[in-house]
Amino acid sequence: MPQVEIQCPLPGTFYRKPSPDTPAFKNDGDSVAIGEVIGLVEVMKQFSEVQSEIAGRIVRFVVGNEAPVEPGQVLALVETA
Amino acid sequence: MAIEVIKPGLATTVQDAGRVGYYNVGIPLSGALDQYSFRAANLLVGNDENAAVLECSLLGPELRFLDDAIIAVTGSTMTPKLDGTLAATGEAIAVRAGAVVSFDFMRAGARAYIAVAGGIDVPVVLGSRSTYGLGAFGGFLGRKFAAGDVLKTGPAPAGARAGRRLPAELAMPLPKEVELRVMPGLYYHRLTEASAARFFEDTWTVAPEADRIGYRYRNGRPLEFCPRQQPFGAGSDPSNIVDAGYPYGSIQVPGGVEPIILHRDAVSGGGYAMIGTVISADMDRIAQMQPNYKARFVKVDLDTALAARADRQQRLDQLRAALR
Repeated sequence: MPQVEIQCPLPGTFYRKPSPDTPAFKNDGDSVAIGEVIGLVEVMKQFSEVQSEIAGRIVRFVVGNEAPVEPGQVLALVETA
Repeated sequence: MAIEVIKPGLATTVQDAGRVGYYNVGIPLSGALDQYSFRAANLLVGNDENAAVLECSLLGPELRFLDDAIIAVTGSTMTPKLDGTLAATGEAIAVRAGAVVSFDFMRAGARAYIAVAGGIDVPVVLGSRSTYGLGAFGGFLGRKFAAGDVLKTGPAPAGARAGRRLPAELAMPLPKEVELRVMPGLYYHRLTEASAARFFEDTWTVAPEADRIGYRYRNGRPLEFCPRQQPFGAGSDPSNIVDAGYPYGSIQVPGGVEPIILHRDAVSGGGYAMIGTVISADMDRIAQMQPNYKARFVKVDLDTALAARADRQQRLDQLRAALR
């Protein structure tokens, strides 16, 4: 099955959870729909949602929680049906 | 002539050459953070170089043009897409009425300028069309764009035509490691000699908080101030002073930990010691630093700063000549 990359749209700090004491938006192996949030990027004192532009199953996250990220960096790999 | 905002981007605002002359009453310069690229964008579309443009920070908007237009994108590497088809940066391009203009990721640099022939038509407030977000005035309703906003543009000038290109050697350089030249003062003497030396030795990383107000840097060694009894009116931390005016470009280091360079939307005064000021010729470079880019501070004297200012002026003249 083809694998598609979810890329980071903007630079900053990547978060996989909506807040420190809640579960991650998505885990490895979860299914994801178009428009679903897979993480947040914090930059310029704002949090921006990263939404999936594809539907499928998340093979794995490539970037960890609270990692610095840059535009175009691969965040996760998604297997499309 | 109008443009509809479909997606606003992270922080897209109207900016021009800035609001000069009110810093003494607490109203900052505002204006395009990278003044060089802002001017290049205007010249490409045949505008007066001081016309109002869109400044995009870190993430571009998605716009629908309701009329035919000539636009140009300069500054950071943020490739425009006309109805999904990649177009050129640093070049005047024709956009048809009804077209949606979106943008690729900002691959390098932090601020893109979108000039539209005719300029962005917002009211002039205190001599400028620039947005001052903290003050909630200027620009488009005193704020960054939101989805659904409709912007008006002025009538395109006679010289507007597609195809005018910015020569590669006149584009803004976008390195990930930047040297920023600094003149020490006014409170440089408050640092210990060893600490002052370390400030110029260390490599500093742009923090994610960096914005139009101030550019914060981290990962250098903490600064040490000379011991003293804090004077009346100064805060208790050694990085505090009795309140003073802050120059544009000045560097303060709250708690001695993370230097902050004040940029065009900064407050005009306060109680932190300014250990130096980035020379005016290098302020555009700061505008193009993404979070996690690196800076080294280089100590210079007034003669060097003035020579750099003259060089910058000469480069602007080359730009004007090339895009006439």
